[in-house]
Amino acid sequence: MKNYLLIFLMAVAMVACTENVKDDDGVDGAGADDTAVVDGQSGAQVGAVDGAGADAGQALAVSYDAAAINDANSVLAERVIYFDFDISKVDGDYVELVKHHGKYLSANPSVKIRLEGHADERGTREYNVALADRRAQAVKRLLMFQGASSDQITLISYGEEKPASLGHDEASWRLNRRAELVYQ
Amino acid sequence: MKRYLSGLILFCFCSVSQAVLNIEITEGVEGSLPIAVVPFQWPGSVKLADADVSAIIASDLARSGKFAPLPVKDLIAYPKQPEDVHFPSWRMTGVDHLVIGGIRQEPNNQYQVYFRLFDVLKGEQVLGYSFAATRNSLRSVAHRISDRIIESLTGLSGAFDARIAYVTAKQQPGEPVTYLLQAADTDGFNSQNLLTSTEPVMSPVWSPDGTQLAYVSFEHGVPEVFVHDIYTAKRQLVTKFKGINGAPSWSPDGTRMAVTLSKDGNPDIYILDLVDKSLKRITRHWSIDTEAVWMPDGNSLVFTSSRSGKPQLYRVSIEGDARPQRLTFEGKYNANASVSQDGETISFVHGADNSYRIAVLYLETGLVQLVTDGPLDESPEFSPNGSMILYASQHNGKPVLAAVSTDGRHKQRLGLSDGEVREPAWSSVKK
Repeated sequence: MKNYLLIFLMAVAMVACTENVKDDDGVDGAGADDTAVVDGQSGAQVGAVDGAGADAGQALAVSYDAAAINDANSVLAERVIYFDFDISKVDGDYVELVKHHGKYLSANPSVKIRLEGHADERGTREYNVALADRRAQAVKRLLMFQGASSDQITLISYGEEKPASLGHDEASWRLNRRAELVYQ
Repeated sequence: MKRYLSGLILFCFCSVSQAVLNIEITEGVEGSLPIAVVPFQWPGSVKLADADVSAIIASDLARSGKFAPLPVKDLIAYPKQPEDVHFPSWRMTGVDHLVIGGIRQEPNNQYQVYFRLFDVLKGEQVLGYSFAATRNSLRSVAHRISDRIIESLTGLSGAFDARIAYVTAKQQPGEPVTYLLQAADTDGFNSQNLLTSTEPVMSPVWSPDGTQLAYVSFEHGVPEVFVHDIYTAKRQLVTKFKGINGAPSWSPDGTRMAVTLSKDGNPDIYILDLVDKSLKRITRHWSIDTEAVWMPDGNSLVFTSSRSGKPQLYRVSIEGDARPQRLTFEGKYNANASVSQDGETISFVHGADNSYRIAVLYLETGLVQLVTDGPLDESPEFSPNGSMILYASQHNGKPVLAAVSTDGRHKQRLGLSDGEVREPAWSSVKK
């Protein structure tokens, strides 16, 4: 519960600090959006943390040592976050993963990453660049929330220009709506 | 040596003059005006196969969707001079108009191309012109003649003596994708490679005078907007801000450029003054604002915004003092506007149920008409005279360029022999 409250308070603080929110029209939307990222997930998040604690013996060993990034069995080996169509909010399933990367970055301030935003081919190209940029921004906010610093993160949006899968159906599209963490 | 050199030049010309785009009319010939284009007379009967002027004219007329040229085999006679034309016989064939003409060889590799357009019913000449040409400009002169004929008979200004720019992506198995920025005549001939890159190239757009292209290139690892002079091949890097540099659009007078930048946190619309390099922010919203295009009067922009939750088209004054006015209301995905030259219609991408189609919005009535069938149509762009919309589509799972008449009746496909072709941009007509 303490955890929950802390996350909630930090979310409030973060939203309050976000300059964009000051735009008159933006208050509702951005507020709702940003809060949702954390608040909406926070229940699940706490659950996940508790669960991990309970299963600690058999779960993946989470280490934020510098070398952990080269360990194929580390949770940090997972570096792609997938999104729903026309959505830039990080899905609850991926919040935990992004948190681990954020903590790793925080523990290793000399490590730098490139965050690549991508979209599927549906819709228009420039809109997809903007959408994919917001996906990467959403991941960046979560990383920074865990203590990563903004100068550790370079962000680039490719829109639909660099698909991971070349098909023209949902099987491919879901693989293409993504943000990739590329450790430098 | 001189002979060797001229052979070499000719060879070079031939190698670029092959049609890379093949045009196929796929739908809608009914309602087009019947016309006869008689094969032009060539000096010494030596026809240059890659510059068959009368065939180019007939093909342009057919592509305009306004005319149905009689097949050459159905022509009843091959008149060379006005006095050879026997109007009563032509009336029997059902054509309303008749085009005759020829090419005269002049000294120094110059040519004269002359043509006459007749009204078959009235039995009189409508138009008659003669143009000077070089070996290399014969195709262009043929397009200019098509433009004159179309303008005279339909009132629509021409569109064929122009260039189309487009992006092609090519990939060999196991190799990285190669992105090419190319320009070609409106019938796909005379293609020219402007840029080759292993990083994405996007959003080409012509300057109003048709001499420069602006586009987005990721060649330095990040998106940047370039301006490329197609005659001198000189390039200029115009925006390289942190984050997105995208969706360039020239002002009608060519002195300013609308761009999408995310340097202040979110994708917003800015106007860059190309002369004094000053930057003015036009939109200020936490949502996505992008894909700005200018209204022809240069006073406002139409752009895509997700401020209502889903992408819709809005119009905003470039003074940036008024609230953007929403233009589209039907459906959850309306994006990527192109405005016709007269400012009366907007074509855009309408998405619904996993199908993305080109739609046309009539600003005065607010009426929206879907003009293509999808499922993955994008990048609509009006021809300079507003009668056609060029767009990117898929055919048999491969990206192709296609064109549709603004009323949706007439469709054609511009197939590319090789690679995926996307994002067409139609230049203004050469003056």
